[in-house]
Amino acid sequence: MSQSGAEGGKRFVLPASQFQQVFDALKRLGYQIIAPTLLDEAIVYEPVESVDELPAGFTDEQRAGVYRLKRRADKALFGYAVGPRSWKHYLYPPRQRLWQAKRDGNGGFQVIPEQEQIPRYAFVGVRACELAAIAIQDRVFLGEQHHDEYYRRRRENALLVAVNCVYPAGNCFCSSVGTGPRVQEGFDLAITEVLDGKSHFLVIEVGSERGAAVLEGVDVQTATEEQWQQAQQAVDSAARRILKHLDTTDLKELLYRHLDSPHWEAVAKRCLTCSNCTMVCPTCFCHTVEDITNLQGTVAERWRRWDSCFHIDFSYIHGSPVRVSEASRYRQWITHKLASWQDQFGTLGCVGCGRCITWCPVGIDITEEIRALRRSEEGRVAPTVPQEESHANT
Amino acid sequence: MRTLETVLAEHPFFAGLEQRYLQIIVGCASNVVFEKGQIIFREGEEANRFYLIRQGRVALEVHAAGIGTLTIQTLDAGDILGWSWLVPPYRWHFDARAVELTRAIALDGECLRRKCEEDHDLGYELLKRFAEIITQRLQATRLQLLDVYGAEGHISRRGGT
Amino acid sequence: MVPRPFRLRQVRRETHDTFTLELEPADGSDSFCFRAGQFNMLYVFGVGEVPISISGNPTNPHVLMHTTREVGTVTKAMGKLRSGDVVGVRGPFGTPWPVEHAEGADVVIVAGGIGLAPLRPALYHLLAHRDRYGKIVLLYGTRTPGDILYRRELQRWRAQFDLEVHITVDRALSGWRGNVGVVTSLIARAPFDARNTVALVCGPEIMMRFTVLELQRRGVSPSHIYVSLERNMKCGVGMCGHCQLGPFFVCKDGPVFSYNKVQHLLEKREI
Repeated sequence: MSQSGAEGGKRFVLPASQFQQVFDALKRLGYQIIAPTLLDEAIVYEPVESVDELPAGFTDEQRAGVYRLKRRADKALFGYAVGPRSWKHYLYPPRQRLWQAKRDGNGGFQVIPEQEQIPRYAFVGVRACELAAIAIQDRVFLGEQHHDEYYRRRRENALLVAVNCVYPAGNCFCSSVGTGPRVQEGFDLAITEVLDGKSHFLVIEVGSERGAAVLEGVDVQTATEEQWQQAQQAVDSAARRILKHLDTTDLKELLYRHLDSPHWEAVAKRCLTCSNCTMVCPTCFCHTVEDITNLQGTVAERWRRWDSCFHIDFSYIHGSPVRVSEASRYRQWITHKLASWQDQFGTLGCVGCGRCITWCPVGIDITEEIRALRRSEEGRVAPTVPQEESHANT
Repeated sequence: MRTLETVLAEHPFFAGLEQRYLQIIVGCASNVVFEKGQIIFREGEEANRFYLIRQGRVALEVHAAGIGTLTIQTLDAGDILGWSWLVPPYRWHFDARAVELTRAIALDGECLRRKCEEDHDLGYELLKRFAEIITQRLQATRLQLLDVYGAEGHISRRGGT
Repeated sequence: MVPRPFRLRQVRRETHDTFTLELEPADGSDSFCFRAGQFNMLYVFGVGEVPISISGNPTNPHVLMHTTREVGTVTKAMGKLRSGDVVGVRGPFGTPWPVEHAEGADVVIVAGGIGLAPLRPALYHLLAHRDRYGKIVLLYGTRTPGDILYRRELQRWRAQFDLEVHITVDRALSGWRGNVGVVTSLIARAPFDARNTVALVCGPEIMMRFTVLELQRRGVSPSHIYVSLERNMKCGVGMCGHCQLGPFFVCKDGPVFSYNKVQHLLEKREI
């Protein structure tokens, strides 16, 4: 980078053809790069070495229950939205050994905490909704009362190279929940890709000193006002192309009012309780644990793996699960995501990425279900919200 | 010496009952004592009384071959024993046995039924009071029926998985 | 959060399907402090981990006690342990019984079945600070006389003048001289001043719901009634998501809740 130094908040520009320089800088700094790449006919986040592994020239078509890759007319590096995988695969892996225990031959055992070699991740291509999702999982796993060491060790060294969305997909509704499409905070570097037919360049914002350090030794130039405006316009136009909408007005109260709604039975007729939505959701954090031993019974291990509130045994207490019906499990998921999450963590549990809609095998759409609940109230007398009893002072 | 009338008036079952009704009821009442182990009434016998227990404990029992004698409920001081005198065919459904020395006031069911027929206001007062007791017993029976402590109804933190 | 190894000093049979583990730290450290009503995650080597309430004396931190029932894989394996064996302990977790909040009031404890186990530490606390409380009443119901926990201790408590103990069973063969009837039937005549009473309730959820109704009939305010709830738990620290009850994580916002906080949730099906 030029001698001017990359300070926080500064804007730089790099020709798209030179993006490998950023990858090289990341590698020099010891990061393992995780970035979007093509796998099994989807764009997923995988370890990559080179910019060539990015899905340049591809985009994704997304509708309820539909995900399809398509060729683009150009060579855009980030010309698509989010795929089935989210960054939680790396910060909060689907399977994680928590500890081992070894018999000591004395009726006892010794617990051996997990000694992990965790790479310093550089996540390249983190979308605005995903930054919000990471911030939400931070609240879950790095709470004041308890924090999760396994998550912390991954999270604190991870470098986030965000990308502004220019080509939102059909299920995106980040603008409804205030998370995107423009990245706002929580990134180390933020890229906006500009392709205007004549030129193809990346506008790079610096969000932290760690981000600035990456740009040392990358041939970036200070972005001109015109380049910056071009980048801004690209994101603005993306925002206008987001058509899906979730009305968040009094969402918590709405769901709490509808715990007994017959609508859940209607959803249950379609829902397969397959748990796809919870697996692809970037904020879902529920997990279970498994205890295993070797054949001799001398070494035991505790693993945790992702679990889902859609599984019937998720709520099992001796004798029977609490949530037996499909209706109660769907209600739990959506009510947690959009209502009780607010009580628990002070935010919505939804970032508007649309994954649960795309990857639902029967195309259940969280925004449509909320709309249906609201419709069910239309024409009725506004329900009374129970008020705290006021104490008479007389 | 406390009269039967004051004892009845102080019993929660008759709380708030008009004086004139109490006098009618006293006419149907008598003091009874049951020794420990004594049978008070037997299943199938004619039910022509009910009891206000003043002291002691009474067990309602049922006997079945292969099970033995099962106590389904115990009644203590302050409780009412028996309502089969109220409804045809006026037969007891269980055995009642004094578990310990038990003092009670027995009320003649036939006498009361007659007086209730003559004065429906009295009948209504008594039925309201019995309805409440029968409801309580029904709720308790339902809870008993749920067998909440049974293996199926139980719980992991207190029971484990 | 890795388990701490604790060595089994003694396994005591309580009833045909319940037993009490007496544990001490295997690592030489000498105490385990907890508050009445809290629970631990207990791990049996290679088999698994379950949440179990602490049932010992909070004023004696040298012995850790857990009473449990053999109902699942882990507790059955636990029942086979012998003194000297080691289990893993994570905890203590969760909210305690509001014993400080109850100072100056009568305390009525209503326990059903093995629900007495999480309440015993509260009783120990109340008795250790007897002068701070009004009347103390224990109402305890089980299925049959054979299911009564802590028999000897209950006998001792019954003989005490500063504690009322009433025990009832749902059914009994003849020979049982005690009370027969559901635990809720003891509430109407139990000696406490309903207007100044804190009630601590633990047992199967249905029993607790009936109990609360009966306490309210007596005039106890729902905000003075506390229940200990039960949900599936894997982590104990509000991260695994299993124990959610509406907005609450039962493992960290509970297990002890003031009833008016959870009443509307317990009345909903499958929540």
